[in-house]
This record gives sequence, structure tokens and C-alpha cells, in this order.
Amino acid sequence: MSDFPFLSVLTVAPLVGALVVVFLPASRGELAKRIALGWSLLVLVLSVFMWIAFEAGGDRLQLRESYSWIPRWGVNFTFAADGIALVMLMLIALLVPLVILASWHDAEKSKRSVPVYFALLLFLECTMIGVFAAADVFLFYVFFEVMLVPMYFLIGSYGGHQRQYAAVKFFLYSLVGGLFMLAAVIGLWVVGGKTFDWQALTQIDISTGTERWLFLGFFLAFAIKAPFFPFHTWLPDAGGAAPAGSAALLVGVMDKVGTFGILRYCLPLFPEASKWFAPYAIALALIGIIYAALLAVGQNDLKRLVSYTSIAHFGFIGVGIFAFTTQAGTGAVLYMVNHGLATGLLFLVVGMFVARRGSALITDFGGAGKLVPVLAGVLFFAGLASLALPGTAPFISEFLVLIGTYTVNKPVAIIATAGIILAAAYVLWMVQRTTQGTLNPALSGVEGMRRDMSVREKVVVAPLIALLLLLGFYPKPVTDVINPAVQATMEQDLGKQDPAPTVGTVQEAHR
Amino acid sequence: MDLKLPPIDYAALAPILVLFGASCLGILVEAILPRARRHLAQLVLGLLAVVGALVAVVLNAHDRLVTAGSAVAIDGPTLFLQGAILVLGGMGLLLIGERSVQRGGEFVAHAAVTVGSPEDQRQAADEGGATEVYPLTLFAISGMLLFVAANDLLTMFIALEVFSLPLYLLCALARRRRLLSQEAALKYFLLGSYASAFFLFGMALVYGFTVGAGGTTSGGGVDFGTIRTAVTDSDASEVLLFAGLALLSIGLLFKIAAAPFHVWTPDVYQGAPTPITGFMAACTKVAAFGGLLRVLHVAFSGASWDFTPVLGGIAVLTMLVGAILAVTQTDIKRLLAYSSVANAGYLLVGALAISKDGLSSTMFYLVAYGFTVLAAFGVVTLVRDADGEATHLSRWAGLGRRSPLLAGLFTFLLLAFAGIPLTSGFTSKFAVFGAALDAGQSWLVIAGVLTSMILAFPYLRVVVMMWLSEPGESTPTVSLPGGLTTTALAIGVLATLVLGVAPAPLLDLANGAAEFVR
Repeated sequence: MSDFPFLSVLTVAPLVGALVVVFLPASRGELAKRIALGWSLLVLVLSVFMWIAFEAGGDRLQLRESYSWIPRWGVNFTFAADGIALVMLMLIALLVPLVILASWHDAEKSKRSVPVYFALLLFLECTMIGVFAAADVFLFYVFFEVMLVPMYFLIGSYGGHQRQYAAVKFFLYSLVGGLFMLAAVIGLWVVGGKTFDWQALTQIDISTGTERWLFLGFFLAFAIKAPFFPFHTWLPDAGGAAPAGSAALLVGVMDKVGTFGILRYCLPLFPEASKWFAPYAIALALIGIIYAALLAVGQNDLKRLVSYTSIAHFGFIGVGIFAFTTQAGTGAVLYMVNHGLATGLLFLVVGMFVARRGSALITDFGGAGKLVPVLAGVLFFAGLASLALPGTAPFISEFLVLIGTYTVNKPVAIIATAGIILAAAYVLWMVQRTTQGTLNPALSGVEGMRRDMSVREKVVVAPLIALLLLLGFYPKPVTDVINPAVQATMEQDLGKQDPAPTVGTVQEAHR
Repeated sequence: MDLKLPPIDYAALAPILVLFGASCLGILVEAILPRARRHLAQLVLGLLAVVGALVAVVLNAHDRLVTAGSAVAIDGPTLFLQGAILVLGGMGLLLIGERSVQRGGEFVAHAAVTVGSPEDQRQAADEGGATEVYPLTLFAISGMLLFVAANDLLTMFIALEVFSLPLYLLCALARRRRLLSQEAALKYFLLGSYASAFFLFGMALVYGFTVGAGGTTSGGGVDFGTIRTAVTDSDASEVLLFAGLALLSIGLLFKIAAAPFHVWTPDVYQGAPTPITGFMAACTKVAAFGGLLRVLHVAFSGASWDFTPVLGGIAVLTMLVGAILAVTQTDIKRLLAYSSVANAGYLLVGALAISKDGLSSTMFYLVAYGFTVLAAFGVVTLVRDADGEATHLSRWAGLGRRSPLLAGLFTFLLLAFAGIPLTSGFTSKFAVFGAALDAGQSWLVIAGVLTSMILAFPYLRVVVMMWLSEPGESTPTVSLPGGLTTTALAIGVLATLVLGVAPAPLLDLANGAAEFVR
């Protein structure tokens, strides 16, 4: 079973689906949707089998496949997954069918080709899976860059207000980061003896100066992608303009490439530089937590608000990664998953509100709970999950990050905790202004607001709610997979040992 | 007096001879055949000659020799670049031969005919444009073939003139926008003549240096072997050497459109008939870089420590100027012209890595870029309204709605120019940057990366125009391409994709060829 080439098949399958869908005539929109949904479910089933085939306590990189591509440059199609990549792949496979289902009527509104929209979603899935499954730096870079193209067209062609501006800004920001990384990739290739194999590259010795420059090249690309303060300004525009489904994928999965890249490439390949730059990275992350949360409080646009909350959450992930303890690292990776679920849900629900009202401005709502109680309830739940209420999955990850950080760096953990309070502020205030209070008279006149959740929409949110609750009470299946990978990163690559827990003795307690 | 003729290996020279012969034959066709039948005869003759020469190149694939005294070197780079020029030139011929897009063709029948005049109407009705373009193009191609093979400066100079003069003429033959076209030709001719003069003067100085270096024993020479020995072994004053090399470089840098010798590029690219622009952008670049590579890697490699910083500065300047000015352009042909300037900079980055990798990556880049740029200009010929091509960018708004296939192809080509992976633009950039970094030129790589970011913006603007803007009143129609243009476009786009996805075969070929005979 584990001999099956899961990763390459998973990467290619959505591409095949995209090619099938894109060549359907524009009039066959319904068929395109069905094929796309079926295809993405097929990918989901396949990735469940992959999850089963993966041995949680086994080798660090599993499911490895390698095929020659450009021998002269030492480039191979090498796929392999560690626990971190595995959970991200599962997240993608789960989110894409839900997003397709949630976007069922999105494409019609834009007056553009419906099959192309779903083909772009499938193509995006292909590149996202590829970027997490690649174990060859060149291959990773290829997916990293190509990923921009479908998202660019999703935002630019099917987005809302200011979509052109947002799409171009998104593309240019990412491309700038990508080109810095390209320079670093070439540099790594030259100093690493003309190989791109991840495992071989972890073994090489690089002089301190070179290592720092190469680290910066990679880190800049990932910091823009994630995004960390001060490279974040593209995200609110892109998230605000993208159609809700694409925004859920953009923030829920694509941005995780940034934090995943730091864990998979920056830390193992440049351990000394990572340690040297860690204080700066933590500082950026902390600023991001506080600054983005404050901006989120002040937003009047629902989608931009959710984008800002994500920047704050990426700050937590950044702190968790650069604290260099297994606990915080596991928390950070778990946060990546949970954030994908929670923010994905939040974006999708907000998208349902926006689709009904035809506006994303909070002031256009008010008391919406009286008209669409179920939808308002789901928004409330998504908000609570997003602010990491105990009992929902994000709580576990946030808690792990904070205690993992506290053991090595108390001030950072304490400052980060302030972010939790702000999170409560922006989420609750948003929910209050949107769904509570007196009914906005303009709202009852809107035809769409009289319809509560349809069966299709319930099917979209149900798995996400279930998973958020399940992982909130029983995260072990996920942490079991993540933990060995993070431990290997922290201990083997960075040579960091977790501080031994200090247990107060009985005598001390009595004194 | 005892003059001995040097032995000449005619087989090795066959590609060049085939094309020279075909060009002469083309002139006879002009004189003998009735006007109505010339077009087809010339086109077939031209394509046959190109294919024949290509076959000869393939048959010669293993030749590594210097012949005709020491005037011509047939070696790996020569054959590779000759092959490239022939393939790209053949594609250019296809674009030039297209007559179904615009009735009467892209070219004017007589230089004095104005647009819309009765003569012009007659041309559209039955007469067709000038068929002299075919022999002129063939002469240009044969000159390029000789240029990349030239092993001494004199042969190089003659080849330079042989391929330049027809190009000056071809630029003036546009049927639409006659004044722009004639202005472009005159500019190109005047500046090109200056550049040739610089080249000639540089040659004289280098000759002086070799005389001084050789002392009384061997005398001087302008063949690359002599220069090479003189540069490496001599302890004579280097003033003549550096001055000569500088002037030679100016002549060559003019042809490759490197800043600050690029000022002709936008005007000429805009004014020339679009198929000719595409032909120049692809083939002239290959030929000029072929010559430059041989001069730098063979004749003056001993002085590489001295010229690399200077030429490196020029490369950086070229990339910057090309990228920054491309941002401000509003005409698609001028935009592509500045992009071609910037690409000359990237090519220089590769050429300045004086190593086998540097040579092979530059050759790879030349081929990859040639295919993409020819296809791009092929698309430009198709977007037109009643007045001819609609090259102003604002006119391209909403083109993606009107003709998604063509806009899709052009988007793909633009992504290739921007260096997005899975296109040849990425693999070729990777190749030259890798070679440059390996040769220790990290500053050139950083400059290349930074300018790539700037350059992405204008490309993206065109994509936005085509796809994200609504079509306006003035959005032009897209003509149905004829068979010839379709073939050229298909080859260009396919090559861009294949060289991006599976570059290994061509990389291996380039690497196997990357050895000059010295």
C-alpha cells in the first residue's frame, strides 16, 4: 500500500481534472461543477488512503518518489512528505471540495466562463499539493511560482470590488518574494554542489555569511507569502477582493506555504542563520499579532477583517516556529491546520452573508440574526473558533504555542497573550455589529436575506464545524503525525533541546 | 610573388553557401518570373534554402575545424547558433510570407506608394507587396550564419555588413505607417553605420596591438588565434588592446541593443514591419551574441579580468534601462523592444561568465528567447483594425473576451518573458544566472533578479488589459491567422512550453556544443 505513488498521483490528478473541465463549452457550467466536485472528492478519498499509509512514528520523510527531470542541473521530480506536509495535504484535499461546493453560484455572477473558474480551482489544488509534496528545491520553487497564476486569475477575473488592483498587487508582491528566493535557490545550488535534493542539501556546510544571505532570500519569500508584518499589505486587498471560496483557499492554505517553507527549508537548510535571525523574526511576528489585531478591530469590511485576523494568527505561528521548542513548533503546525479550518469556515460563512446582501460592509448588516438565525449561529461559531475559545481546535494550538514559548522566552509569550484579548475584541464586536442588535431596516428589504442556509451550504460548513470540535477535544491523531517531524526539525536540524520541565517538589509545595 | 590559396572545406561551409546561392537565385527569380508568381516561388525557394542549410548543419554536426585560412571556424557554438538562426529565420520567413491576414501583405510594393492611394488599392486588389523581401531576408540570414562562424575580425566585419544592409532596407518597407517605417530605417542605417565604423576602428587598433606584441618575428593579424596569443603572452602596452576592444565592443553592443547603445531599438522595432521586427529580435540577437561570445571567449579571454567589470556594468545598465523604460511604454511593439533590451542584459550576464556553462547557458537562452519573441510578434501582427495593426496598449483592453485563444497564447508568452516556471523564460534565466553565480558574478545575478521584478510589471499590465478590462468600443478585431502565421505561432508557443517543461535535450545539446576551436 505504501508503495503506491500517492504524492505524484495526488499532484497530477487535479491537473487532469482541470484539463477536462477547462475544455468544456461555457454553456455546460452545471456539468463542469459536477465534474470538478467529483474530481476533488476523488482526491480527498485518495489522500485519506495516503494518511493511512503514512506511519506516524516512521521515517521523517515518507512516501518518497523520485524521477529524473533535468539531469544536467540535478533536478528531479522528487516527492516526499513529513508529518507537517501530510497534515497540510489533508487540509487541501478537504478544503477544495468544500470550496467548490460553496462557490457553486459564484462564477455565474461574474458573467465569465463557469468551467474556467472550476478548472482554475482544480489547477490551484494541483499546484498547492505539489508545493507541499515536493522534496526537491527546484520543484518546490516551480510550484511556488506557478501557484500564483491560477490565484491571480481567480481574483482578477472573478473577484469583487477593486479586483484588478488586488490581483496585480498580489501577483507582484509574491513574484518579488519569489525572485529573491530564486536568487537564493541558485546560490544554494552552487554552494551545495549542483544538487537540489532536500536531504542532500541539509548535509552541506555553508560559510556563515553566505548562509545568512541565502536564509534571507528564502525567508523574504516566505514572509511575504505568509504574510508577516511589514510584508502583509497585499493580503487584505487580495482577501477582500477574491471570491469567498478562493479567499478561503488563499488564506487557509496558500499562505501556509510561507510558514511551511520556513519550517521545511529555512530551519533545516540554514540552522545557524535561523538561530541568528530568530529574534528579528519573533519581533516581526509579535508586531504582526498586535498590529494586525488592532487593524482588524477597525475594519468595516468583513472580508478585509478576516484577512487581518489571519495576519495576527500568522504572527502566532511565527512565534511558535522561532521559539525553537518542540511544543511551540507542534503548536505552530497544529495552528496552521486549525487556522485553515477556522478561517476557511469564517471566509465561507462571510461569503454566504456577502452573497445574500451583495455587500461586505459591516454597516450594511445589523441584526441579521433575526432574519437568518442558523447562518448567524454558524458565523458566531466560526468567530469563536477563530478567537481560540477552549473546546475549539485553535485553542489547543494557541495554548501549545504560548506555553512552548513561555518555557524559553517569557516576555514574548506574555506580549503574544495580549493578542488573544484583542482577538476576542475584533471577533465579538464584528459578530455583534453584524448579527445582533436591532434589525437594520435596509436589510429586511433585501430578497436574499430572507433565505437561511440551504442544504448545500449546510453540507459545506458541517464537516468544518465537526472537525473544529473534534480536534478541539481530541487532537492526538494530528499531533501524533506532526510531533516527530517538528522534533526532528528542532533537535536534529537546529540542535535545540527542549528545556527540562521543572517540577516543584512536595516539600516546596507545602512550605 | 608567391600567393597560395588557402584550402577551403566547402562541405563545412555548405550551410552558408546554400543560403548565399539561394539569395542570388532569388534575385534571378525577381528578374525572370512574372510578378504574379514571384511570391510563391520566392517563399518556397526561401524555405527550401533554410531547410537545406539546416540539413547541412546537422550533417556537419561533428565538425570542429578552422577553414579558409583562419577566416572561418566551424565548431560547436557555430553549428548550434547556425541551427538556431536557421530555425528562427525559417519561422521569420513564415511570418514575412503571410498574405491572408492583410490583403496585399505587410510590405509595400514600391517605396513611394502612400497608404490609401490608388496604387495601394491596386496592391491590395491583385498586385501584392514587394517580393524583394525574400532575397533580402535570405541575404541577412546568410550574413548571420557567416557572422557566428567568423574567426577573424575582417570576416566578421564583412558578415556584419552583409546581414545589416538588408535589414536596414527591410525596415523601410512597411506598408502601413510609411513615415514611421522610413524614419526607423534611416535611424537604424545611420546609427548602424556609426557602429560599424567603431568596429572597424577597433579592429585597426587591435591589429596595431598584435603587431606590437609580436615584435618583428611574426607580424600582426586580426584572426582570433593571433589576438589570443598576443593578449596572453605579450607584455606590450595594453592601451591599444583596451582601446581596440572597447571600440569593437561598441560595434557589437550596438547590434545586441545593450544600453547605452540601445536608443535605436524602440524606434526601429516600432517602425519596421512587424514580421521583420520579430525576425530582427530573434535572429539578430542570436547572431550578434554569437559574434560577441566568440570575441570574448576566444580572442580576448586572456583579458577577461579587465573587461568583465566594464561589460558587467553595461549589463546592469542594460537590464535597468530596459526594465524601467518598459514600464512606461504604451505601445506593445515598443514595450517588446524595451523588453528585448532588458533581455540583452540577461544574455550579457550569461556571456560574461567566461566558462563552458556560461557559453552553453547563453546559447540556450538565445534559442529560448528567439522562439518566444517571434511568437509574440506573430500575435502582434494579428491584432488589427481597418488601419492596420492596433499596437497601442489601450486598444488591447478586453481582448481576452473577444478572442480567448489568442489572448491566452499571448498571456503564456508574457509569463515566459516574466520568467514564470514551466516556460522557457524561467529555465533560460535559471541557466544564465546559475552560470554567472558559478563564475562568481553574484552582483550581476542580484541585478538580474531585481530588474526581473521591475520587468514583470509591464508584462502584467498587458495581461490585466487583455483579461481584466472590459472590451471597449475600439477593441480591435483579431484577424484569423493564415496557415503560415499559425505554423510560426504554434512552433513558437510549443517551443516555449517544451523548453520550459523538458529543457534537458536542448541543454545537453548546448552543453555538448559549448567548446570553441581555438
